[in-house]
Amino acid sequence: MSRTYRIPLPALAAASLVLVTTALAFVFFVAPTDADQGFSQRIFYFHVSIAFTAYAAFGLGAWKALRHLWKRDPNADLESYVGIHQGVIFGALVLLTGSIWARISWGHWWLWSENQLVLFLVLFLFYAAYFMLRFSIDPGPQRANLCAVYALFGVVLIPVSFLAIRLAQRFIHPVVFTRHGAEFGGWIMVTYLVSQAAMLVLAYTLYRVELSGKRLDARLRELRRAYA
Amino acid sequence: MSYLSDVRALARKDLLLELRARDTLPAMLLFVIAVFVVFHFSLPEGSSSRAAQGLLWVAILFTALLGLGRAFVPEREQRMFDGLVLAPCDRSAIWLAKSLATLLFLAVAELVALPVFALFFHRVGGATIAAFVLADIGICAVGTFVGAMAVVTRARDLLLPLLFLPLAIPILIGGVGASVVGAPGRYLGFLALYDALFAVLCWASFEYVVTE
Repeated sequence: MSRTYRIPLPALAAASLVLVTTALAFVFFVAPTDADQGFSQRIFYFHVSIAFTAYAAFGLGAWKALRHLWKRDPNADLESYVGIHQGVIFGALVLLTGSIWARISWGHWWLWSENQLVLFLVLFLFYAAYFMLRFSIDPGPQRANLCAVYALFGVVLIPVSFLAIRLAQRFIHPVVFTRHGAEFGGWIMVTYLVSQAAMLVLAYTLYRVELSGKRLDARLRELRRAYA
Repeated sequence: MSYLSDVRALARKDLLLELRARDTLPAMLLFVIAVFVVFHFSLPEGSSSRAAQGLLWVAILFTALLGLGRAFVPEREQRMFDGLVLAPCDRSAIWLAKSLATLLFLAVAELVALPVFALFFHRVGGATIAAFVLADIGICAVGTFVGAMAVVTRARDLLLPLLFLPLAIPILIGGVGASVVGAPGRYLGFLALYDALFAVLCWASFEYVVTE
């Protein structure tokens, strides 16, 4: 049970290395310093890129889940799981980078007024439960079905939660502490695009690495069983 | 239509079981009142009545969790799941029937809980009641669905709250918002949207939860 990919893994790894290094260079040396937040604003290039990458990973997980339920694709269950795994990793990084930024800019390690952070906290809870669900059922078609359905619920939850959190801010935090939206011109846009490309390629590389590792594991188990 | 009569038969089964066992509903009622007493002691002096209004929703959410945890127990203990799945009905009818039965239990629990809350803390307005009607639909739809998922795992009762609470956060936000804000229209609209989206999603995908 395997899939042939067009882009070989070593090429992907090399591309990740080049892109991440370039992104770091851009973030530190090319992007202009923000007028009011100063040097610490630079973490936003990674924070936003990682957030988008996490959404993309959850979306991939849901897409593979749909393929499993609808087309009975035999590879899709594992790919959905690995996609969501990457999503949770990058989601945790969103919480981490967001927290660092909040500490430096506002003096608090956590800000309930930051919609993006709160959304990722809710999603982190949701997808962490995905793992609890997955590992409390024995491997098989039922586990694959349940996990696929749960992954689909996740992508529906993302926009619904975002809307809910925005609505909640009206009665929880009427005063908004934060301000984004610098003018998005010139080098800021280029730096952001480079960081975004870097994070997406890195995520995809990690996805492929994990997939090949898990497939190898499965193959080994099969062989052991055959020789037993 | 035979689909509706299937739903009615299945729901009637759950209601009859509860009527005879009489364990879930009294437990939910006692639980919610105990939680109110706990709230009284956990709100220090100076807490606004708005804090209590928000906590009402927490109480109802956890009472619903209690009821949902018991919803699939007959199926699990007497291994009725296989029997249900063999029944010549659309699988989603199982989910719909169970949701409707749970909705009825929750509504009865709230019929007692809301007046008690009004007695202990703060009057319950029309917007709050409307919010509860909408929120109950969402809670029962999603709760029954993840309850069925939890029941087939090894972790069962441990897993139900973990699966349910992240999905219930939007319901909580909609409900609390409708209760405390001057213009509740937005929040009621949001609750209706949540119900529509998730009810359809649950209805369409329940089949995959019970089959292989």
